[in-house]
Amino acid sequence: MNPLDLLTEPLQYDFMLRALAATSLAAVVCALLSCWLVLIGWSLMGDAVSHAVLPGVVLSYALGLPFALGAIVFGILAVVLIGAVRDSRRVAEDAAIGIVFTTLFALGLVLISVTPSHTDLGHILFGSVLGVSRGDLVQIALLAAIVLVLLLMRRRDLTLYAFDPTHARAIGLSPRRLGALLLGLLAVTAVVALQVVGVILVVAMLIIPGATARLLTDRFSRMLLIAPTFSVAASAAGILLSYWLDAASGGLIVLVQGTLYALVHLFAPRYGLLARHRVWRGDGSEGSVSSGAASSADGSAATGSSETTGFSETTGVAVPTERQAPPVSDAQIASVAERPSGTAPLDPTSDTSSASENSGPSRTSSSAPTTMP
Amino acid sequence: MSLRVEGLTVRYGEVTALDGLSVHVAAGEVTGLVGMNGAGKSTLFGAIMGTVPISSGRILLDDEEPARARRRGAIGYVPQGEAIDTSFPVSVADVVMMGRYGHQGLTRRPRPADRRAVAEAIERVELEDLAHRPIGALSGGQRRRAFVARGLAQGASTLLLDEPFAGVDKRSEALLVGVLRELAADGCTVLVSTHDLHALPELAHSAVLLRRRLLFHGPVVEALEPAMLARAFGLDPLTRQEAGR
Repeated sequence: MNPLDLLTEPLQYDFMLRALAATSLAAVVCALLSCWLVLIGWSLMGDAVSHAVLPGVVLSYALGLPFALGAIVFGILAVVLIGAVRDSRRVAEDAAIGIVFTTLFALGLVLISVTPSHTDLGHILFGSVLGVSRGDLVQIALLAAIVLVLLLMRRRDLTLYAFDPTHARAIGLSPRRLGALLLGLLAVTAVVALQVVGVILVVAMLIIPGATARLLTDRFSRMLLIAPTFSVAASAAGILLSYWLDAASGGLIVLVQGTLYALVHLFAPRYGLLARHRVWRGDGSEGSVSSGAASSADGSAATGSSETTGFSETTGVAVPTERQAPPVSDAQIASVAERPSGTAPLDPTSDTSSASENSGPSRTSSSAPTTMP
Repeated sequence: MSLRVEGLTVRYGEVTALDGLSVHVAAGEVTGLVGMNGAGKSTLFGAIMGTVPISSGRILLDDEEPARARRRGAIGYVPQGEAIDTSFPVSVADVVMMGRYGHQGLTRRPRPADRRAVAEAIERVELEDLAHRPIGALSGGQRRRAFVARGLAQGASTLLLDEPFAGVDKRSEALLVGVLRELAADGCTVLVSTHDLHALPELAHSAVLLRRRLLFHGPVVEALEPAMLARAFGLDPLTRQEAGR
């Protein structure tokens, strides 16, 4: 058999073409979104929203509405509920996410069991990309287009939000609104991917491409190219494999993505395990990022250590050591409303007790207040 | 643009972080904001930035509410070192360009004027050679310079810096002090929170001592009087003398 037939034979069928189109669309939007999700640390949020849309999908089927509608309503409901549970302040965010999405998912399961049986649980949970109809494809394409346009138009603001929300606020943007935009897009994206890999595996398409791209580049703009390319290639391969192996398409798409991630994790030029191993052993000619930082530093340690010794070393300082001594001890025991600062130049050289003058921690002993009156 | 704080009180639940703070920070000066952890330095910045809810009192920047000033891009903020996500895949030039977003259209597409402003700002903090490095590959001092460059590119008339000298090498510190003094000479309001007292005389024209309320606002030399510092850092001078004996 001609190797090319491996590609062309499946593509003779309309259902395979539709499946490939739907998969590619879902792969692109999921991959783009994943770049932000992995950087913000919202993987669990992606998991939550994609599970929480289940009751919406079931209700839409039962009522004969476009299933995206119900899904988006419940996606947003999930986000609002997570915020409400978290704001009670006794519950950490991951717990809030866990409570809300499992409850909504359970509601979906119950709804499936009581609604008339034309909604197939298996299709929703595990995807049915080979059964995508023309109408489904139009809906997927429409939603994907909306997400794509919004993501690309607002990509710089979203990146700023992910990187430094305080600066976003400083220039008059609303971090809250940007976060809401991202979560809204997440809900829509979950719907797009739901038909392809199913509710349970959507999160894979929302994490793996971005994580893979991060290992391959230090530039966010390149992540936005690498992730979709990776995701489309892996997903198409998964679909074709499912045709030839006659195995679950959703499962294979994610399996191929996961396998490729593992390869990148091992062999990525800079951040791969092997590359790092070479650097550790010292026979790598290409330095890692961190070693580059060390060589480019202005000849000084990057941490607070230079600060703590700075008091005594610096000559001509207007504040003699004896003046700094008093502030120290109480700074330690002060009730702290602000976030405690990791680098405290006025360090523990507690001076109120007469015995402590020479017993300060060794880190600061060079600046111990020997000039105390 | 001068910064006027009137009767500012901020409470986090039971804890009062700032208690009726009134202070007027003049434009054209570098002002040091001095106090120990928990004295309310970060809270004051948070109140100006709108990240902290104000219980009572108000803040004005030249008779303008902070929210409006922020929308105009008038306030620049240089975060604490540890507040920066150093693993984020952005370059120095990317970070500085973020200062221009307020001047750009909805998609923040950079225009020639933006690129010029970014290049100038990077040059002013002497990071030309590292402009395309990821910020994670910089030293603490270089990173702080990049964020100050962002404020320069932004064209902010009020610049807030949170502990800019913590973990910073001497060269970066000297360079930053120079840039901040120049900014002040151009008429900016520069407010620098620090508990690094030795840098204060070269850096600041005046100092604000904070301990949940205003203790002192005036020349740096007077702020550094032992009695004054003892109050700021919560040590009764009498007890200290007894301990010394």
